[in-house]
Amino acid sequence: MRDVVVIGAGPAGLAAAVAAATAGLDVALIDAGRRPGGQFYRHHAAETGRLHHDWDAFVRLRDALDRLTYLPGHRVWHVEDGFTVHALAGDRDERPVRIDARAVVVATGAHDRSLPFPGWDLPGVLTAGGAQALLKGDRVPAGKRIVVAGTGPFLLPVATGLARAGATVAGVFEANRPYGFARHVARHPGKAREGAGYAALLARHRIPYRTGHAVVAAHGDDRIEAVTVARLDRDWAPVRERVIACDTVAVGYGFTPQLEIPLQLGCATRMDADGSLIVAVDVTQRTSVPGVYAAGETTGVGGAQLSLVEGELAGLAVAEAAGGVAPDPADVQRLLARRRRLRAFAGAMHAAYPVRPGWMDRLRDDTLVCRCEEVTRGRLAEAAELGATDPRSAKLLSRAGMGWCQGRVCGYATAWLAAGVCGRLPGADDLRGIARRPLAQPLRLGDLATDDQP
Amino acid sequence: MVIVGGGVVGAACAYYAARAGLTVTVVERGAVAGGTTGAGEGNLLVSDKEPGPELDLAVLSSARWAELAAEDGLGAAVEYEPKGGLVVAETEEGAAGLAGLAARQRASGVEAVEVPAAELTGYEPHLAPDLAGGMFYPQDAQVQPMLAAAHLLRASGAEVRTGVTVTGMSRSGARVTGVRTDRGDLAAGAVVNAAGTWGGEVAALAGVNVPILPRRGFILVTEPLPPLIRHKVYAAEYVANVASDDEGLESSAVVEGTPAGTILIGATRERVGFDRTLSTAALRRLARQAIRLFPVLADVAAIRAYCGFRPYCPDHLPVIGPDPRAEGLLHACGHEGAGIGLAAATGHLIAQSLTGARPDFDLHPFRPDRFPEQP
Repeated sequence: MRDVVVIGAGPAGLAAAVAAATAGLDVALIDAGRRPGGQFYRHHAAETGRLHHDWDAFVRLRDALDRLTYLPGHRVWHVEDGFTVHALAGDRDERPVRIDARAVVVATGAHDRSLPFPGWDLPGVLTAGGAQALLKGDRVPAGKRIVVAGTGPFLLPVATGLARAGATVAGVFEANRPYGFARHVARHPGKAREGAGYAALLARHRIPYRTGHAVVAAHGDDRIEAVTVARLDRDWAPVRERVIACDTVAVGYGFTPQLEIPLQLGCATRMDADGSLIVAVDVTQRTSVPGVYAAGETTGVGGAQLSLVEGELAGLAVAEAAGGVAPDPADVQRLLARRRRLRAFAGAMHAAYPVRPGWMDRLRDDTLVCRCEEVTRGRLAEAAELGATDPRSAKLLSRAGMGWCQGRVCGYATAWLAAGVCGRLPGADDLRGIARRPLAQPLRLGDLATDDQP
Repeated sequence: MVIVGGGVVGAACAYYAARAGLTVTVVERGAVAGGTTGAGEGNLLVSDKEPGPELDLAVLSSARWAELAAEDGLGAAVEYEPKGGLVVAETEEGAAGLAGLAARQRASGVEAVEVPAAELTGYEPHLAPDLAGGMFYPQDAQVQPMLAAAHLLRASGAEVRTGVTVTGMSRSGARVTGVRTDRGDLAAGAVVNAAGTWGGEVAALAGVNVPILPRRGFILVTEPLPPLIRHKVYAAEYVANVASDDEGLESSAVVEGTPAGTILIGATRERVGFDRTLSTAALRRLARQAIRLFPVLADVAAIRAYCGFRPYCPDHLPVIGPDPRAEGLLHACGHEGAGIGLAAATGHLIAQSLTGARPDFDLHPFRPDRFPEQP
């Protein structure tokens, strides 16, 4: 029985695990990746930090991993109250593993939030995060001539990273017009420096950056050959269109926190300003379930710096609750102040980069919404006619979200479309209805059958 | 008339009542098929029942479902598959027990074909080689339960009001004259309680006791595969489980393919109230039993698990028909794990009751006032 198990070794999980271990707790840090760092610090074996911001912070945490039990290559598929973590360890020859702990820190991060458009199932269309992962993990640009599109500041590191790696970036198309956001950036010297760096790189690589534009269709036979880019009105209805040749498009409309484990444990959730479902936590990162803490993107998308702060706060809180180690009040005050500032920044970011209903105008009746089960917008409309009044019943009547990805890709879009039929925007209950995944990962029935054997 | 509940039983009641000329409104608290129907496998089984009123109802319902499926487009829309069920026994004793059960069931109109051990793989090529024998039931069939409810409702032409909660009954003296809802009152010549696992609560609104409790079941869903399993296949122990009064965890895997390519493995039976927390012990047992029947499944990935709450009565029989304690109120609930299968006959019998026709079937065993009054 460990004092605490931390799930996820990205910025939040690393910070939580190291803080708790430094305070003397017996900590297990469990992660699906082969190397620590999560998506933000995803890196090649020979990485020196050239591709990463705040690499020093990562190196400090990585060098502290000898204080705890670090378990890479473990896919957690379920956590039971009490707490027992059920995972699969290894690559091809996976074996079931169980870890018991008195407390859990959930730091499972977020994945790309996608919105469908005609042609988005063509090879060569990938998420912004997927392009970034290829670049950071394998040092491979996703294509030769790439269009980057969607919304949010994350498009900038993706586009500039691809350009630095030798790809031609044919344009960055930001759907919003975030004019007021600059003054929030100006208040954070680190963010301002980062932003200025992206601007310089865009200029140096002659990458056009257009606000109020979006990729509304992808074209090609066997793979993508071009995209249609449209200028958008305030509600994102396309106004004027043109076609741009490219072999790859990387699209991202924000991020969806991965809430499988907190939902399995019964943690209360709420909707964040960006329209994503998040875990509700108190000032010490405690969830509504005693012994369960959450940090980082699961408590609201806000970036790596905020995740580091929240993770450390969670680690200190666990150490106090489970180990009786009171943290230095000055440390806590500093962290709380930093979290306040970064949360406010995240709030301003979400306000500046919303998703607007006009994205649904791009869909035709035959446009796929769920790629796994090949469910079109037309099929979802039929489900609505049959009585689906929320995303869960739309899923049950159409099979959208029932395939391999279990709705991770199409769930957000399905929620919009199902709620839209009833004349509303998706609410927290709509998102909760499709967020429950009692199996957080696929697992072989043979492994499930022997899960209780040592 | 007003039907409370938009699951498969309410939908079948709406369908047959509308066909009998009644004007129907269905009131559903959530979405269509959002309760136990949405958590079901879609079993239309005659094979799993001992002779008695429920088996008689199942045989009638099997014929009704076949008629429904033959109607224009409906069979394909609800993914009706008259694929038959194969019950297998691990031991000679089990096989003898199966033969005895089949002999009794045949007297109730069930078709059952004995399958010697050597012929089992002719039915199911991937079955474990060491089974003792089996019984094939051609009447067993399958529908996709959510689509079944939704398409029956659409075909009924009933007005369906989702997101509307019934909060009380309108009365004129002792007679029930409609329902009160959070969106206003609805007057009706008759009210049908088709609220499934929540049927006891609806009955209580009319001041009558219908004791319905939840019996939880988990179902495992695999990754989509090319056709691997042709029939509904389950072990002989399943029949004992269905009828069991045990409160603890019981399971015997029913394994079947679906038109979507996934394989469903269900289901456990537990009395734990409305607790949705995943039981890894339950899933582990389902996985073991499924692999025992089909060793090839050991390397197949489970991608999803879900649970639902079967509505069960203390005597494991549904509650069907007019309530003599509250004139104007009828019940069609408490079908435990057989609601999809029994829905068609239930709807048909409720429609006969409403129109004053003589029911095809003696409803006495299903009468709502058969339970002791609460103290």
